Amino acid sequence: MDAAALTSRFPALRDLAGKDMPTYEAPGGDLLAVVKFLRDEQGFDLLADLCGVEWKDRTPRFGVVIHLLTTASKEYVRLHVPAVDDRVPSVSSLHPGANWHEREAYDMYGIRFDGHPDLRRILMWDGYPYHPLRKDFPLAGIEVPLPAADVAEVTGQAVEPAPMMGGPFVSHGGRMSEGEPSALDQSWTEERPKS
Amino acid sequence: MVKTDFGYNSKVEGEVIVTRADAVVNWVRSHSVWPMPMGLACCAIELMAAGGSRFDISRFGMEVMRFSPRQADCMIVAGTVTYKMAEVVRRIYDQMAEPKWVVAMGACASSGGMYRSYATLQGVDNIVPVDVYISGCPPRPEALLDGMMLLQEKIRKEGGSLRRTFKGRVVETKVVS
Repeated sequence: MDAAALTSRFPALRDLAGKDMPTYEAPGGDLLAVVKFLRDEQGFDLLADLCGVEWKDRTPRFGVVIHLLTTASKEYVRLHVPAVDDRVPSVSSLHPGANWHEREAYDMYGIRFDGHPDLRRILMWDGYPYHPLRKDFPLAGIEVPLPAADVAEVTGQAVEPAPMMGGPFVSHGGRMSEGEPSALDQSWTEERPKS
Repeated sequence: MVKTDFGYNSKVEGEVIVTRADAVVNWVRSHSVWPMPMGLACCAIELMAAGGSRFDISRFGMEVMRFSPRQADCMIVAGTVTYKMAEVVRRIYDQMAEPKWVVAMGACASSGGMYRSYATLQGVDNIVPVDVYISGCPPRPEALLDGMMLLQEKIRKEGGSLRRTFKGRVVETKVVS
């Protein structure tokens, strides 16, 4: 990849000094032009991945990470786009494969993709009130009615928080063989309530 | 072969068998269960294996997998039921004609399994009545066959086999001679 050509063409790109591949932070305004430049003039013709990221103490809180691949010389480049006001331009006009990835990022994080042809939820049902991969969303879930009102009426079932049995289970670092993932708080079970 | 008078002998009663209606109806039902494979995850692969020649579910009269709920007697819920899919499972169950049975195959269908999360129904018995639970993640085809044989046993013990329910009300069936 011609890094000099990229950074001289787009001076707003910030080099994040990626250890495994060239990594840049691209402002949302430049994103479409950068991806188009990489696709048409640098040969990055495959969008390998597009996903949302939530940063812990950072503004803006969300970002989108895009991995691009050249099928000719097998090089990767990574772009991080901060989601100012939770908005990022959609790259699905340049890489149609981004369509469902962007729907997933919208579903899980609530990031809006401007210019997306059909920005609906893809995993959760339409009308689900939360974005479950956000850090402030509990893994067990939050009670809401079932998506179908008639089924909920017949069965008396709602979308309920799952019993966590002291979980969620986390790994404690180190080698997996030396320590199984376990709950941070193991003082309670379904029989013994949390103190 | 030595011929004995023990057991059924057509000469004794003149080609007539006397029994209870329940016993006959349940015998017929238990040996022609038409399952509906509600395959939702990896359990469905084991369900397919149970249909293959190595395990051969047709030995028990269950090889007629029907993909239409209207032609099926027994829904085998094989896999993780998400809250998004729960509605579909219930609607398909509602479309099955009575009498009907449900088998929860595997840990996910029985209890949510390892999916303790916001998206997964914690056991399909929350939305449909379950007759047999099969443990395993996923269960081996032998376990499925064992569960289906348990279901056959359960069907054989059922009473009121000529009784019909329609929209929750009992409708008596008249036997016309």
